[in-house]
Amino acid sequence: MSTVTQHNHPDTPENAAGTADVIALERAEIRSWKAPVAFAIFTVIGILLFIVIGRDGISTFRLSTGSDVIQLPTIPFPARATGVVIVILLAAITAWSFTLSRAAKATPLWAIAVFGFLFVVGFLVWASAGSTLPVAGLLIGTLGISVPLIFGALGGVISERVGVVNVAIEGQLLAGAFVSAVVASITQMPLLGLLAAMVAGMLVSFVLAAFSIRYLVDQVIVGVVLNVLVTGLTGFLFSQVLSANPTLLNSPPRLERINIPVLSEIPVLGPVLFRQTIIVYVMYFTIAAVYIGLFHTRWGLRLRSVGEHPQAADTVGINVTGTRFWNVSLAGAIAGFGGAYLTLGAVGAFNKEMTAGAGFIALAAVIFGRWDPIRATLAALLFGFATNLQNVLSIIGSPVPSEFMLMLPYIVTIVAVAGLVGRVRGPAAAGKPYIKS
Amino acid sequence: MSDQLPVRGQAADEALLATKERPPADEPRSSAFLRDLIGGSAAISVFAVLLALVVGGVLIAITNEDVQEAAGYFFSRPADTFRAIWDAVSGAYVALFQGSVYNFRRPGFADGIRPLTETLNFATPLIAAGLGVALAFRVGLFNIGGRGQMLIAAACAGWVGFSLELPYGIHLIVAVIAGILGGAIWGGVVGVLKARTGAHEVIVTIMLNFVALYLVSYFLRTPVLQNPSSNNPQSPPISDTAVFPDLLGAGYNLHAGFIFVIAATIFVWYLLERSSTGFQFRAVGANPNAARVAGINVKRVYVYAMLFSGGLVGLAGTAQVLGTITTGFGSGIDAGIGFDAITVALLGRSRPWGVFFAGILFGAFKAGGFSMQAAEGIPIDIVLVVQSLIVLFIAAPPLVRSIFRLPTPGATRTPRASKKAATS
Repeated sequence: MSTVTQHNHPDTPENAAGTADVIALERAEIRSWKAPVAFAIFTVIGILLFIVIGRDGISTFRLSTGSDVIQLPTIPFPARATGVVIVILLAAITAWSFTLSRAAKATPLWAIAVFGFLFVVGFLVWASAGSTLPVAGLLIGTLGISVPLIFGALGGVISERVGVVNVAIEGQLLAGAFVSAVVASITQMPLLGLLAAMVAGMLVSFVLAAFSIRYLVDQVIVGVVLNVLVTGLTGFLFSQVLSANPTLLNSPPRLERINIPVLSEIPVLGPVLFRQTIIVYVMYFTIAAVYIGLFHTRWGLRLRSVGEHPQAADTVGINVTGTRFWNVSLAGAIAGFGGAYLTLGAVGAFNKEMTAGAGFIALAAVIFGRWDPIRATLAALLFGFATNLQNVLSIIGSPVPSEFMLMLPYIVTIVAVAGLVGRVRGPAAAGKPYIKS
Repeated sequence: MSDQLPVRGQAADEALLATKERPPADEPRSSAFLRDLIGGSAAISVFAVLLALVVGGVLIAITNEDVQEAAGYFFSRPADTFRAIWDAVSGAYVALFQGSVYNFRRPGFADGIRPLTETLNFATPLIAAGLGVALAFRVGLFNIGGRGQMLIAAACAGWVGFSLELPYGIHLIVAVIAGILGGAIWGGVVGVLKARTGAHEVIVTIMLNFVALYLVSYFLRTPVLQNPSSNNPQSPPISDTAVFPDLLGAGYNLHAGFIFVIAATIFVWYLLERSSTGFQFRAVGANPNAARVAGINVKRVYVYAMLFSGGLVGLAGTAQVLGTITTGFGSGIDAGIGFDAITVALLGRSRPWGVFFAGILFGAFKAGGFSMQAAEGIPIDIVLVVQSLIVLFIAAPPLVRSIFRLPTPGATRTPRASKKAATS
């Protein structure tokens, strides 16, 4: 959000409240300096990092993996020269953004994207100076880390859009991971495990829905408590039952990677996007389905109306309680499915508290993505990228202490939430129980 | 009370009850008191704990190997199964009680009561952090950042504790203040960001948890916090001058941090219930827009609330390094208390004294859970299950009432509820 007029500034409660009074007035011009100031800060960081303490040497980007049909040549970047070029470009975008803000115009989203991309490239070149950076590997790992986050975020978006705050994503992921591992291990059928994971996530959602809709308990409370409950339950059963007989109960077969015939041979993108397990392909479908469903179908319209103004929805004959209940259950099924990736798609065996806070990151992605499935997906990818960047850089030897690399995604999120997203306004009725009078 | 009546009579009884329960203006005080006692929140809490323990018992029973074995020949000798269930469940809960309240196996009162002091010891950081989370709840903020605030506070208090040389008393006070300030600043950042940019506090606190974890981990392997005589990422031990003195002598772990926590509870009670700042806090928590219209500076309230909240959570981190683990701390010093504090605050319904007793209850579960794990081999995770179920049941009084057929206090019965009660 940079420059916006008061007429379309839905994110600020004051303005939303004040619009009624000023609506007859002329367009009030608000000059927002958030984007240019954020750009300027990052440009300064860029100058310090890439030039002042710049590193000599050549950074080689390896784009292809060993098994590609079309082998791309590696791209060498002289670290210091690339840094200078990138800083100049960053400075140019910053200056342009300042002139836009001066003229009370918004900095377009693509400019922010280009700026971010350039900064990341500059950072990668700087950090990997003198060694080879496996770009494809970096992106494959990113997607891998992001899959549960994306499923969790999609579940969060649906649940919050229908008016039930879903803090229980962590619990749904963990339940999905646990049950899928056990079921797939006993039956030796990973697909059955996936189905069981959905059921497990749904069961967690049932409790969330029952307590928040039927018993009108504060939804955040139920969510937090459900996380603790699922953590305790899976931890207890893991220590008590699974550890006693790991070969029968906790050694699920992993899902096979499926190469999509032609698409998987596209350079860079092919190995990243189209040599994945079925869970990832389902994820592509789910993202599209949730987006289209939410904004272009009757189901989505009803869902959103229940989340925004349940009384109005009730007045036109929508069953508020039922809509909430079944959509929260659907959200749980989606999140539970994502949990299965942790076991069947990645590691194999279940481990105690193996989600390690992924559900909370997914929750942050929901808010960061402003309750929009596409943006939430992008936010989840950002977390995945930053986490995996640390993994890759620690292998090739990074000049930054690994703790600071690990910190980076979280700091970027804080900066982005404070600087770019600003006041976010969720669905109006989220968190409020609907009592039919 | 209507259990003995036939179903038809019960329905009539319910109807009678429903008319009776519409409280007339001149209802005698004692009967209102009695009804509150049976159906009110105290009874709900007791029944919720009971219900949670029953569910925990079922879990313990069905995962117990002796029970599974006995259940294999259930139809030939059912008594064996019940005996195995009784052995498993009673063994677990006796161990839980003996680890948290009073151990009858030890000779003499002084030894027997030691588990209770352990409970209070575990409760100390839980209460402090629970108060912090509860205070934020009352202002309408959700502070999930307990972990980060505790880590920063522990690092600050610990650094003062092992690197400065000050006389007895003063050193402790300085270290405690450093810890509380560390937590307050880490929490205050959230308040400032929320007030100035509108950043959602849930995101910022979650993110700051990780930032604090990595920051403290980094300092723990640099000379700032690392013990020079060790290669592990661990700090040097705290100087004797900065350690909380033992309250009951050397034989018990209970330390003076508990006194600080009692003081903090009184402080929060005064702040929220008696001061004008607290009134502003509660007004913003009830409705920020109305509070703004009434002339309250909502943004400033957010900043102050997060400062206080972070400071209280910081006290928990301080109690950990200066009282519980004084031999040097690592990055796991928070021990999950930052998240436990959320359930403590919920169980205490965000009231200062409620949090105090909820903290003691959860402290008892923690102390007893360890002895249960040691004595009966039952994973301590069962404690998490029981704790969360307690909060869940307490949060939903209608559920507990319908399970135990308690009367609804105050309100008249809705037709649906009485119909359900009549048919069941």
